[in-house]
Amino acid sequence: MKHILLTAFTLLAATPALACNSVSFGDLTVEHAWSRATIGASRPAVFYVEISNTGDTDDALIGIATPAAESPILHETVVTDGVASMPHAMSIPLPAGQAVQLAPGGYHGMLTGLTAALNEGDSFPVTLTFQNAGAVTITVDVLSMRAAGLECDHAAQ
Amino acid sequence: MRSRRSVILGLGGAAGALAFTLGLGWWRTSSRQTQDVVPLPLPLSEMSFTLTTHRGENLSPADWIGKPTMVFFGFTWCPDVCPTTLSDISNWLEALGTEADRLNVALITVDPERDSPEILAEYLSYFDPRILGLTGPLSEIERAAAGFRVWFEKQPRDDGYTMNHTAGVFLFRADGSFANIIDFHEDRSFALPKIRRAMR
Repeated sequence: MKHILLTAFTLLAATPALACNSVSFGDLTVEHAWSRATIGASRPAVFYVEISNTGDTDDALIGIATPAAESPILHETVVTDGVASMPHAMSIPLPAGQAVQLAPGGYHGMLTGLTAALNEGDSFPVTLTFQNAGAVTITVDVLSMRAAGLECDHAAQ
Repeated sequence: MRSRRSVILGLGGAAGALAFTLGLGWWRTSSRQTQDVVPLPLPLSEMSFTLTTHRGENLSPADWIGKPTMVFFGFTWCPDVCPTTLSDISNWLEALGTEADRLNVALITVDPERDSPEILAEYLSYFDPRILGLTGPLSEIERAAAGFRVWFEKQPRDDGYTMNHTAGVFLFRADGSFANIIDFHEDRSFALPKIRRAMR
């Protein structure tokens, strides 16, 4: 029944507005976590999120973990002379007072060794580890392969 | 070469020129370190390759002449750049509506080892149906890349490999002449005017 409702909802709205999860802890707010559906489990999936650091101290995202994939790694898409590559990002700086996006074409999490295909409408947890703030777990919404971003009910975008 | 470049830069205007410079691909054998003159993609009429479409038909660049053409190099194991670009292309085609029916639109895989016609067909079913997938023997992909001045290389990883590749979207006029490039990181609002200009 839930599946039918979800499907009907998806058919009604091309870009469904989701409630979206937002987690605040200490000086950090983690929100708008999303991923794209995959074909099967052999291709890598992607992880995008927005992190705001409202404090006076710099922090950094130093790792991600999820039961959805064996090997989740932080990457950055870099375009040099028109050529795109995806070097491993050891850590993603979160300067004090700034919001940083893991978004298409920039920083992102790459989830390889998926335990199962990601289907539109699914969600899964990702634990983010920060240099200073510790670790927090957020729920990631799986959008269609064509999605460009998450549209949230509460988001002022 | 210099005057030809000037003409094209003039057409695109300042914004186009910046994107053009940033977006140009590099052919594999050329040095990526320093080059004063960035090579332009050849006109489609001077390219030579035969690839297989995701519907199993053979295609050569000569088949594209007569309609404006939009080409992107990518691969289906690509988690970030390729779905983002194919999503953008799908949105542009939808914005153009039926006008886009007179465009050739193609994704040429840089990963023919994994991207068979069947794999491309499944992948492209999630995007605008007017996008054609092209694959073939590596030697033919290399000939295509040479014509477009596209760089690609295999990047080994612990769990296999990924591909580094030129990420711009190439535009050609109906006569097959090179028109412009939509760079991956340029403001997406420039894209539709560039496509429309190539379609004139």
